[in-house]
Amino acid sequence: MEETLKIVVLVKHVPDAQFDRHITGANNTTDRDESILSELDEYALEAALQLIEARGGSKAGNQVIALSMGPAGAVNAVKKSLQIGATEGVHLSDDALAGSDAAATSLALAAVIRHLGADAPVDLVLTGMASTDGETSLVPAQLAERLSLPQLTFASSLDVTGGKVVARRDGDTHSDTVEASLPALVSVTDQINEPRYPNFKGILGAKKKKITTLSLADIGVGASEVGTAGSLTVVESAQARPPRTAGTIITDEGDAGIKLVEFLAAQKLL
Amino acid sequence: MTQALVFIDNPGPALKKSSLELLTIARSLGDTAVAFNGELHDDVAAALGAYGATTVYRPSAADLDDYLVAPKAAYLAAAVAASGAGTVLLENSADGKEIAARLGIKLNAGVITDVVGVDADGTAHKSVLAGSYNTTAKATSAVAVLSVKPNSVDPEAAPAPVTPETVTVEVPADAAANAARITARSAKPASGRPDLGEARVVVSGGRGVDGNFGPIEELADALGGAVGASRAATDAGWISHDYQVGQTGKTVSPQLYVSVGISGAIQQKAGMQTSKVIVAINKDAESPIFEIADFGIIGDLFKVVPQATEEIKKRKG
Ligand SMILES: Cc1cc2nc3c(=O)[nH]c(=O)nc-3n(C[C@H](O)[C@H](O)[C@H](O)COP(=O)(O)OP(=O)(O)OC[C@H]3O[C@@H](n4cnc5c(N)ncnc54)[C@H](O)[C@@H]3O)c2cc1C
Ligand SMILES: Nc1ncnc2c1ncn2[C@@H]1O[C@H](COP(=O)(O)O)[C@@H](O)[C@H]1O
Repeated sequence: MEETLKIVVLVKHVPDAQFDRHITGANNTTDRDESILSELDEYALEAALQLIEARGGSKAGNQVIALSMGPAGAVNAVKKSLQIGATEGVHLSDDALAGSDAAATSLALAAVIRHLGADAPVDLVLTGMASTDGETSLVPAQLAERLSLPQLTFASSLDVTGGKVVARRDGDTHSDTVEASLPALVSVTDQINEPRYPNFKGILGAKKKKITTLSLADIGVGASEVGTAGSLTVVESAQARPPRTAGTIITDEGDAGIKLVEFLAAQKLL
Repeated sequence: MTQALVFIDNPGPALKKSSLELLTIARSLGDTAVAFNGELHDDVAAALGAYGATTVYRPSAADLDDYLVAPKAAYLAAAVAASGAGTVLLENSADGKEIAARLGIKLNAGVITDVVGVDADGTAHKSVLAGSYNTTAKATSAVAVLSVKPNSVDPEAAPAPVTPETVTVEVPADAAANAARITARSAKPASGRPDLGEARVVVSGGRGVDGNFGPIEELADALGGAVGASRAATDAGWISHDYQVGQTGKTVSPQLYVSVGISGAIQQKAGMQTSKVIVAINKDAESPIFEIADFGIIGDLFKVVPQATEEIKKRKG
């Protein structure tokens, strides 16, 4: 039997990309109506669930804590994670967090992870490869830096045995095997697994699972360290790109390939 | 005093075009230095001088490549301190962004990724939400850390070449203390075609190619372009994941993007909709890709694509 694991999975509540997304909030922030659990965090949650299932699941003392930082609605990302299989949820919510950039976000999330490790240490922090709104991929590396954890990011495979984490990271020119001891931080790509959907039993069971709501005071972070006050970047302007409009559409009548080349020649693209 | 520091990691025997772009941007901000890692070939040293780098910093340690990201960030932080630079420029790769991320924490510096332009006052331009907004952002800290996408500026050598001074930077003793170790590395085969992220022309195939990338490759070659793919095509194993364009693949912004047998899901569009000209070939008139195509062909790709390739060859004689 493998060691039991206490895993924190970061789940972000993001505007659904299937709808038009708008920057209309204060300080050029994204409008958060129609938000969902970030698709790319489902891969991290799935990786966590697979790890604990190989160790006898929650009955054997393994934990998967879904953690989201965000306004009131972000609790829905936590709830969805509980339906999918996380064992408990944590929602960091505080008005002072509004407008946090990656530096401020990682500061707050690091404080929550330390707080969660106060009774029993956290073995593994799992995150998505990028949030589908911010898309910076900064938060995982910044969390690793702040928590002095080895970072194994952009993992397309993950194995945890005997206190050791091994991951594969595919770069542009080469593919690496990376290794570290627990505790560690791992971000995963969408190549790592096939996330499961919540089933009926999961949806019912989630109602009984614990969700802890934390404020900045609970984690010992001052209001000026986060939000716009604690951020090190400002978005000064945001302009919607004019939507692309459809151009010429033709139906092939046997000569569409030639017409395409004529178009390219006219555009000086040959 | 140095205004801008460019991080260049293991370029090999020649600098990449994207590195030349970083040097060009750096020079527009003021006196430029380079924090270098890896073997410094003579040609590369000469190119650094030609692009106006007055100082080249080298790490005291030779084992930075044995670990993932963390010790490189520690080295770069030391190089920033040695240079006094106010702006640090890195490439926008996974490694580049993560080194930037950690550097930001070490120096209490604002980090901006996916930058496509930098003004003289440090304002960074980037597009967000899958290319639907153009934004400007600025670091409010003493040091700004920017990772810049390829093809953001035209590389331009300095008016007069300089001979950079080489300075060794002491890498902190604990730089690798909490770093993941790279225990194996396998090189990926090079395709011989232009790099997908930097190519002027990209021809991408999707589920519609039904396992046969031949027509896509031939059109790409006739146009001197790179080959790309949708996730449906990479997931099917028809082509390596390295060629995936989209949210979880590469973001490309070429002069010409030819989308072949791809429906145009939001995650695919996220990676290509800032392309200058978009051509779509799809047999289904209802495909969302046609909503953003400058030139769309409703037709069978196996007929249209080879015909176009033949015609291009004929014209090029
Ligand atoms: C978290 C996440 C991340 C994702 N990331 C990406 C990403 O980075 N990149 C990406 O591309 N997708 C990504 N996807 C997948 C995306 O949602 C779509 O499923 C995918 O892009 C579909 O690929 P496709 O257009 O090739 O296939 P399909 O949607 O099946 O479309 C195939 C098209 O080919 C056409 N066709 C078929 N035969 C022919 C023919 N003979 N001639 C002409 N046309 C033909 C059809 O009409 C159809 O429109 C992601 C999904 C998720 C959930
Ligand atoms: N507010 C947040 N709450 C929870 N997790 C987050 C938050 N922001 C970022 N993350 C995690 O960090 C990953 C990368 O985000 P980003 O750096 O914004 O691209 C996401 O996939 C999440 O796992």
